[in-house]
Amino acid sequence: MSAKFVIGIDLGTTHSALALAELGGTDERVSVLEIEQLVALGSVAKRPLLPSFLYFAHESEPALALSWDAQRRFCVGEFARARGAEAPQRVISSAKSWLSYGGIDRRAGNLPVGAPEDLEKISPVEASFRLLDHLNEAFRAARPADGDLSEQEVVLTVPASFDAGARDLTVEAALAAGFEQVTLLEEPQAALYAWIEQNGEAWRSHLRAGDRVLVIDIGGGTTDFSLIDAIEQDGSLGLSRVAVGDHILLGGDNMDLALAHVVGQELTEQGKELDRFQLGALAHACRGAKEKLLSDASLEQVAVVLPSRGSQLLGGSIRGELRREQVERYLLEGFFPAVSVNERPKVRPRAGLTQAGLPYASDAAITKHLAAFLARHAFAEPASGASDSTDARPPTAILFNGGVLKADILRTRVIETLNGWLEQRGSAKARVLPGEDLDLAVARGAAYYGLVRHGRGLRIRGGTARAYYVGIESPMPALPGLEPPVFALCVAPFGMEEGSHAALPPQELFVVVGEPVTFRFFGSSTRRSDPAGSVLERWRAGELEELPQIELVLPPAGRAAGDVVAVHLQASVTAIGTLKLEAIAQAPIVADERWQIELSVRHGANSSA
Amino acid sequence: MTVTSLPLLSRFWLSWLTSFRILFDGRFAANVAMLRDGDAPSESKPPAPLPLEVREVPRQDRAPASADGALQLLALLQREGRFVDFVQQELASFGDAEIGAAARVVHEGCRRAIRQHARVVSVRNEAEGASLTLERATEDVKLVGNVAGSAPFRGVLRHRGWRVEELALPTVVGAHDPTLVAPAELELS
Repeated sequence: MSAKFVIGIDLGTTHSALALAELGGTDERVSVLEIEQLVALGSVAKRPLLPSFLYFAHESEPALALSWDAQRRFCVGEFARARGAEAPQRVISSAKSWLSYGGIDRRAGNLPVGAPEDLEKISPVEASFRLLDHLNEAFRAARPADGDLSEQEVVLTVPASFDAGARDLTVEAALAAGFEQVTLLEEPQAALYAWIEQNGEAWRSHLRAGDRVLVIDIGGGTTDFSLIDAIEQDGSLGLSRVAVGDHILLGGDNMDLALAHVVGQELTEQGKELDRFQLGALAHACRGAKEKLLSDASLEQVAVVLPSRGSQLLGGSIRGELRREQVERYLLEGFFPAVSVNERPKVRPRAGLTQAGLPYASDAAITKHLAAFLARHAFAEPASGASDSTDARPPTAILFNGGVLKADILRTRVIETLNGWLEQRGSAKARVLPGEDLDLAVARGAAYYGLVRHGRGLRIRGGTARAYYVGIESPMPALPGLEPPVFALCVAPFGMEEGSHAALPPQELFVVVGEPVTFRFFGSSTRRSDPAGSVLERWRAGELEELPQIELVLPPAGRAAGDVVAVHLQASVTAIGTLKLEAIAQAPIVADERWQIELSVRHGANSSA
Repeated sequence: MTVTSLPLLSRFWLSWLTSFRILFDGRFAANVAMLRDGDAPSESKPPAPLPLEVREVPRQDRAPASADGALQLLALLQREGRFVDFVQQELASFGDAEIGAAARVVHEGCRRAIRQHARVVSVRNEAEGASLTLERATEDVKLVGNVAGSAPFRGVLRHRGWRVEELALPTVVGAHDPTLVAPAELELS
């Protein structure tokens, strides 16, 4: 059945949102669906944003009823987030970051971290599925005449920096939620689509062929960069995404925590002891104080009050303050220092034994991450694992996205720093594309992209943001203490479009029937001209990033267990936008004998050794 | 429900709450009117308030629905802004600095809660203190001072007034005790 709507879903680390546009109607404008959610026990309200938190009720609690389910034992949204401060072991937050973290088995029950025994842990995939399922239920409840999201065309956004495995798992969660017509879209692209939608046809007067847009997206939990070129295409203006950055687990929540730490330190020095609850409340209060200081330049300090936990509000409350100078020192200088173009984020070696935890960025300076990104993709500096594309050009325009960048002072700092770099290199300053509604732009842009797919507007081209390689051990005699060198065989070149196949690499790999064979798997966002089949014997540091390994099992059906089969690996990009790797038998015993390779199996690069 | 005399603060709260509802909820206003007619002390019977939709209101379904809404609003203000804690506490022994610190918590939270669930706008947009001529008396402007004569009325705007243009309290789901505006908290270690 043909879909009535295109749905854009921003499945965010801290917040999710849903926008929709009617297909074929007279009015094809994008609107945002307010999402029904539990806001307190027994209270349900509609909000434009759904906090991406999942809470599991304890047996002592009544059902977490919603208008569509009176017996529910878990909830998603505002109440779940509120319970996160009160009973953290029962709450899943940042499911999306876990979904992209190869250090754990993302299909195994490992969330919430530190869950009590009465609670059955679920996998990051299932947690993502439950968030999507809630959006589906809210859609059904809000528009009973329009059926289910499974009947609609769904565009689901992912960070541009998500690798093939994380994209696969996102689709797996979407399919589990019943979204049969789902397509993935990179978030920075969605932000640009939202900007186009908002400007109508006027956007063409803001961008000219030859412009290069730097999209800076700083959300609650992640930071994402992309470069999108405006190009001449059959006589009119086209857009092409040319580069994406690394996955950086750094966002607005880190900033609030940093300020809470500063104020908490001061309070401790004054002899005021804070418990865990008050520390949580402090981060919350600091966010409010920060927003006031950032939006009103005349304020020098804002009081931060931690209400007492008891019913006596007066007497037990703790009063601190957040000063402008602290915000400037810790927020501006800590997260957005005006660094030189040559600065790079510090990489802290990970300790040998770490607790199960997310690989947060070890350098908080977003401007340093930006410098590294531009060095690789825009400034073509050979020393920094630069892109091998000859098309390294500096950005000419900036588009901001994400709640953090609502603050003028932070945007100004980013613009000034970037323009300083550009000036130093003799390039023209970049101008800012004015965006609105930085919280909802990604969902809106995703819905607009749904319309674009029906020919209603201009499509950003780009294809896959990485080239992919499998690791092959070179044949050499075993030497004690020496690992055999690994070569990287390119199976999927950079920039593969949806629905296309890569050339079949000539190299053969050998697989034993009935036994799982794992391969090391690599991605590169900088090597853009390796064709499928090329073999890298060495590469510069940072040029190839090791991804969770991939696994191939040939079922014994039709072949004898223990047989060795020669295969070729072929990559294709599905219509959904996920990478598909298949092993094709070199000497098939039936017509078109091929096996699908499992991406993102288990264990990250760090734990596979 | 046994009716006892309410403490002053509760009465203050109730009057604030009901004044809005009387203005914007015709049915509630009618109920208040009946209550006022029925239970008013007999010595001085005031003129009956405007009979707004009085005839349409069935007597039996008055109290429960409105009480739930009020309780819900109280729970909301407590949750977001510790309103009940603040109002229930005696202030006499505290200094202005401490009261000020608490007021910030209450103000910030209650403001957020109100803004999230209601749209409150000024009745008049003129600056307070400005001269104003009213062509005819309307419900949304209360005449004070030398109240006499007939329209047009000339005077100075003292208070701009407030009007709730939209009110969307959360929907109540499940069987929960609405009088529990804040449950007790027991921390397990």
